Amino acid sequence: MSDARSQRPGLYYPKMRNTWWLSRPGYVRFMIREATSVFIAIFLIEFLVLVHAVAQGPDAYAAVVGRLASPGWIVFNVIALVFALYHTVTWFMLTGVVQVVRLGDQRVPPGLIVAGAFAAWVVVSLFLLYWIVVRS
Amino acid sequence: MSEETITLDVTRYRPGQDTEPRTESFSVPYRKDWVVLDALNHIKDRVDGSLTYRWSCRMGVCGSCGMMVNGVPKLTCSAFLRDYHPGPIRVEPLANFPVIRDLVVALDDFMEKLRRVKPWLIRETEKPISEGEYRQSPAQLEAFKQFSMCINCMLCYAACPVYGLAPAFVGPAAIALAHRYNMDSRDEGYKFREPVLNESVGVWDCTFVGECSVVCPKHVDPAAAIQRSKVSGAKDWAMSMLMPWGGKK
Amino acid sequence: MSADLAYSHDVLIIGGGGAGLRAAIAAAETSDRLSIAVLSKVYPMRSHTVSAEGGSAAVMRDNDSLDTHAKDTIFGSDFLADQDVVEAFVKEAPGQMIQIEHWGCPWSRDPDGRVSVRAFGGMTVNRTLYAADKTGFHMLHALFQTSLKYDRIVRYDEWFATSLLVEDGKVSGMVALNLQDGTVHAITAKAVIICAGGGGRVFPFTTNAAIKTGDGMALAYRAGAPLKDMEFVQYHPTGLPGTGILITEASRGEGGHLKNKDGYRYLQDYALGPPTDKPVNRKMELGPRDILSRCHMQEHQKGRTFEGPYGHYVHLDLRHLGQKLIDKNLPFVRELAKNYVGIDPVYEPIPVRPVVHYMMGGISTDITGKTPLEGLYAAGECACVSINGANRLGSNSLTELLVFGTRAGQAAARYALERPAVKSNPVAGLVSDERRRLDTQFLSADGRERIADIREEMQRAMEAGAGIYRDRAGMEATCKTLRELRERFANIGLKDRDAVFNTEVIAAMELDAMLDVAEAVANSALLREESRGSHTRTDFPKRDDTRFLKHSLAFRTAAAPRIDYLPVTITRWAPEERKY
Repeated sequence: MSDARSQRPGLYYPKMRNTWWLSRPGYVRFMIREATSVFIAIFLIEFLVLVHAVAQGPDAYAAVVGRLASPGWIVFNVIALVFALYHTVTWFMLTGVVQVVRLGDQRVPPGLIVAGAFAAWVVVSLFLLYWIVVRS
Repeated sequence: MSEETITLDVTRYRPGQDTEPRTESFSVPYRKDWVVLDALNHIKDRVDGSLTYRWSCRMGVCGSCGMMVNGVPKLTCSAFLRDYHPGPIRVEPLANFPVIRDLVVALDDFMEKLRRVKPWLIRETEKPISEGEYRQSPAQLEAFKQFSMCINCMLCYAACPVYGLAPAFVGPAAIALAHRYNMDSRDEGYKFREPVLNESVGVWDCTFVGECSVVCPKHVDPAAAIQRSKVSGAKDWAMSMLMPWGGKK
Repeated sequence: MSADLAYSHDVLIIGGGGAGLRAAIAAAETSDRLSIAVLSKVYPMRSHTVSAEGGSAAVMRDNDSLDTHAKDTIFGSDFLADQDVVEAFVKEAPGQMIQIEHWGCPWSRDPDGRVSVRAFGGMTVNRTLYAADKTGFHMLHALFQTSLKYDRIVRYDEWFATSLLVEDGKVSGMVALNLQDGTVHAITAKAVIICAGGGGRVFPFTTNAAIKTGDGMALAYRAGAPLKDMEFVQYHPTGLPGTGILITEASRGEGGHLKNKDGYRYLQDYALGPPTDKPVNRKMELGPRDILSRCHMQEHQKGRTFEGPYGHYVHLDLRHLGQKLIDKNLPFVRELAKNYVGIDPVYEPIPVRPVVHYMMGGISTDITGKTPLEGLYAAGECACVSINGANRLGSNSLTELLVFGTRAGQAAARYALERPAVKSNPVAGLVSDERRRLDTQFLSADGRERIADIREEMQRAMEAGAGIYRDRAGMEATCKTLRELRERFANIGLKDRDAVFNTEVIAAMELDAMLDVAEAVANSALLREESRGSHTRTDFPKRDDTRFLKHSLAFRTAAAPRIDYLPVTITRWAPEERKY
């Protein structure tokens, strides 16, 4: 624990261990949630590379896609997808807590806000799935 | 017939004599309706009068008896021995606070932060007493009531890893109390509390671990208070960028 | 214990609960030239005010009147309350309720936005303001947080006052132990206000927190101030068996029923009926506390109460109120019952029994909060003005904290403005005497007696001889036991020799105070040969206005206390028979 506070003699200042986050399930879940950002960042770079390749023409695009077809990258993308889903789910669950919506006198039940967020997610995902995958 | 017993492993620390805390084991009678506090009182009254801890109301409303029980911040007056049977039960001082002695921690930091967030009703003009109460509808009361239930027990600070790693963080209870006043329809002091909340050691140090709300014995949900304060803080910042001439609320 | 530094303020307040904080704010607002200190053995938000649940009474509605509130209070006090004081109290109460609302207290509200009021025991009209069922909690936190606004209010958190400094016949401050490091200091002051609460812990079953050990009463008592009406100890009819945890009277105000083991609402047998479905003010479960507690004991004598591991109890039935109302107005009651007796009051009745709750008696003060000792003031449960007389009505004491906290704060402030500074030379000698006494009596104590043993014997003796029903033989036995315990106390042994945060020394000093308070209670009770309010004697079952329409005053001596008397001030309400 950094000693930003002035130290008083006789007091014992406990230090946090580096493994503090293993001591409670809530902490572990938090660290995983935060760690997902690393995977999503890498995925974002991968995506930008893909977009850049598209701009460069069909040969460059084919080359990049070929490299991404390797087992290593496929595994990474699966994990990144799982983590992105986990992050999205935890994020939406928290919107009920963070966003207070009032209709007149009554507060909209938080569960409804969360359900709304999930519903919107599903609708948009299905639409994109249809537009990009099914139609082509 | 010998009575069933349960073991408590209790932290002892004598300032000036010990360089660091040690653990001492005590065997106490196991009674189904006893709480950990009853066990500590038994030890102090019958076994070792030097065991030192804070307590008062024994009904979960004064906030004195917060300690770590098996690594979880709890009010020892509400932690029943039967939930830890057969034990042993580890009783340690509240995490993330300097230890004065045994199970007693120093609360000066929180008391300073409490004052810093200006937890009192601030108004441009006061209504004279003769004109009666400020009208407040039941719905307006509901908007902040939950955040007014804080008993200042500090379990949230013990559960917050940010406070443990960076103790300059204003912390869950203090921010929740600031939010309580910000949400009170009678209050007009948001602009005085906002600078404290919007510092980096204010709401922005919080990474929404959420354990503070998990351990809160009064269901105050300080995590919600902090995130909502982030939303209003961010909105204020955006508005001040877009309309630098506009006055803040 | 070492170091001998002096601190100095104009007004020094001992006790950081509702009365102490209100007095501090009142003193700060009286003059901005005053330096004010609040000294408390616990952080202020831990004060026992925090546990009060039901509400705070004041005349707020058009269907009410000051005279009605005064009459209810005086009637409830069994005509022992000083009527001029009660008149001032009811008059100032509404303004205090509004003031604390302006300071942020989250009172429960009616749909139109006004503060709500509910029914409470002994009140003719609904006049009890409430903040759900945690009124004391919300009032204390509102006062504490508001007190943080004032830079001139300095706090001494976790300091224990060990004795008053009396110099030239005037109270000039006090000596206190700083728990954090075990050092002993003098704090000089031109005026001292004691707001340190009552002493319910002299009894074994009590709603009171551990800190309610009568320290403030003992401080004044030892300095020569009398303790008034100490024999009047209130039993609250509905505490949880075993722990004694309070189940608020509001649960009856909302319509709860008390039933014996046959499921029968027994109060109708005691001239409190008829039993109605909805609560009727002053009837049945809304009768005054002393009468309800006696009814319970009589049911027990008739064999109609339940028997449990912690003795006899009856049922408080809230089931017919429904979950919605319970969760809105009695959520804390539900939580307490579930946590501590495993009962959900929405589905099952709560086991309850009378437990000690409040001391009507205390340091004798006048209508401004001034005690007979110059420079010493008192307010709150530790004081006896008296508005509560022989029996207090529920929800009057939270109001009392505000009204008399303010009065004492203002009176002390005005006195301090006039008085010249306290001379520090004579103080130094008094402090080193005190240091030596604390060292010999407590820190180095190595006798054979255990604190817990003496404490428990005292509590047992008090319950046996000074409980709900008293008689001469029982009280004499208790007085004798207390004298013996006082002698045995000189022989206590402490294990804790550390200076830092020595709570064993504190426990010993608290027991010292409790023995004084217990002796005042038992001896005052012995000499009052009548039954009035909460003091009920089987050998003198009737009220005797000819001999005892007067307050008892207990003065400390080297042996048992000397009891004297003070007439009751009657203005407009002549004593009559107390029937509900």
